Amino acid sequence: MIGMATTAVTKLDAHVLRRDFPIFEQEIHGKPLAFLDSAASSQKPRQVLDAMTGFYETSYANVHRGVYVLAERATAALEHARERVRAFVNAPDAREVIFTRNATEGINLVAYAWGLSNLGPGDLVVVTELEHHSNFVPWQFIAGKTGAELRMIPLDEQGELDLSTLDEVVRDGRVKVVATNLISNSLGTINPVAKLAEWAHAQGAIYVCDAAQGAPHTKIDVQALGVDFLAISGHKMCGPSGASALWGKAELLLAMDPFLTGGHMISSVRLEKTTWGELPHKFEAGTAPMAEAVGLGAAIDYLEAVGLDAIEAHEHELAAYALGRLGEVPGIKLYGPPADRRAGIVSFNLEDIHPHDVAQILDLQGVAIRAGHHCCQPLMQKLGVAATNRASFYLYTIPEEIDQLVDGLHAVRKVFA
Amino acid sequence: MSTDPGLESLYREVILDHYKNPRGHGVIEDPDAEAEGQNPLCGDEVSIYVEFGEDGETIDEVKFSGRGCAISQAATSMLMEMTKGRTAGEVAALDKDELLAEIGVPLTPVRLKCAMLGLTTLKVALHKAKGTPLPEGLAGFDELDLA
Repeated sequence: MIGMATTAVTKLDAHVLRRDFPIFEQEIHGKPLAFLDSAASSQKPRQVLDAMTGFYETSYANVHRGVYVLAERATAALEHARERVRAFVNAPDAREVIFTRNATEGINLVAYAWGLSNLGPGDLVVVTELEHHSNFVPWQFIAGKTGAELRMIPLDEQGELDLSTLDEVVRDGRVKVVATNLISNSLGTINPVAKLAEWAHAQGAIYVCDAAQGAPHTKIDVQALGVDFLAISGHKMCGPSGASALWGKAELLLAMDPFLTGGHMISSVRLEKTTWGELPHKFEAGTAPMAEAVGLGAAIDYLEAVGLDAIEAHEHELAAYALGRLGEVPGIKLYGPPADRRAGIVSFNLEDIHPHDVAQILDLQGVAIRAGHHCCQPLMQKLGVAATNRASFYLYTIPEEIDQLVDGLHAVRKVFA
Repeated sequence: MSTDPGLESLYREVILDHYKNPRGHGVIEDPDAEAEGQNPLCGDEVSIYVEFGEDGETIDEVKFSGRGCAISQAATSMLMEMTKGRTAGEVAALDKDELLAEIGVPLTPVRLKCAMLGLTTLKVALHKAKGTPLPEGLAGFDELDLA
């Protein structure tokens, strides 16, 4: 606002944005759909669906191959999407953006292509107790193959990383990789990535950021964060399933072996030797998810039109509202940090009622939440539970959905009374 | 009109009763057969313990421990009642539909896994002790328990 020295952001109107999402034009079990599982995967706006349909209807052919008009159109569309991802994460160069199926594949790419040739006995890979299996299992696996060891930064009581343990970690060996998420998918914790990246570099390690949960909800700037690799998940940020991206520093990517090999990623193939293609093609074996990448580009257009600042503010508001309303339900236990230090994710348990039962009864009332270990079994172990319930929000989430959740939880209690 | 199972049917009284007062809940020390099963979807775990009678075939006592949702706990509780007194061979051949009929409500594929956890684990326990066939599609189940 003119004349005001504040950083106030334009508020988004979720009730209006919701009309862009065809999925909400239906009832579930005769009730309005309260979709509170966006952390697992987000819904898609019409604009994204139209972009993909339009691509198929007017520009479809395989990319980087043909010399005809359609092939050129398709290639231009794919490369435009790459440029959109580059700008979205503020990468210096679009050649550093590699399309992957999902964030898991992006992290596996680094774990294999960097890890196999750079890790060995005496080396440490440091992850956190908050990691999704996607940023835990690949490192555990590659550490096992190379003789490196895996270490875990623990959580404190609030569900935030306990950085006081870092000094201890260093004593165990050479830290070569630090891999953490930006935002926890199960507690919503926002991690101090820039600080951890600085620490990693001081140890001579690379820093790998899993931004699958971060990218949908907050502005990403790989240069400001100071990370070396960063994986995003397209389907969690209004894009289609099947197209995600890994960003990596060119100097690292250039020095690495490929991950998957085959068509498209080569420079020349002879019986004696194959040479690799230029970036990013060296890491994009086979036919790319072309239409999906176009959809991801359209999703980025959509998010930026709404504004990442506005999305972040909206989610903080919903998280605060949800923590307040859920707190009224007798017998509820809420996990994770306070609202001002978390994204729009709330994990909870209700008395000793199993999350599967909670989620099933909620479903009958049109409320979709996630129940389970959220691909975070080390974290569940820390919390001393097998599973939790998780409600997660996005730009189209309205407070009425949280009210519907709270009403549903009262019904759950009645069934198990 | 919705044809989905309502609250009343899925969490019908008999299921809640088995859940709240599970039959055969506990541990058998030095059992003749035992196995641990896990549902990777939700991290639920169940352990099943079996004691055979003098013929070495008939299940004299069968108990379970672990944690799980109402459907998995109730189904396992019902299973304890159903299998006590039967032989290892009979239980290994027990069709899942027999247990599903006992549960008596339609289950979605995900909840079917919850309901089958106990039966699968029991069949694995019998396989390990008596060499009876593994449950269908579960060759290699033992290897899942890497821990």
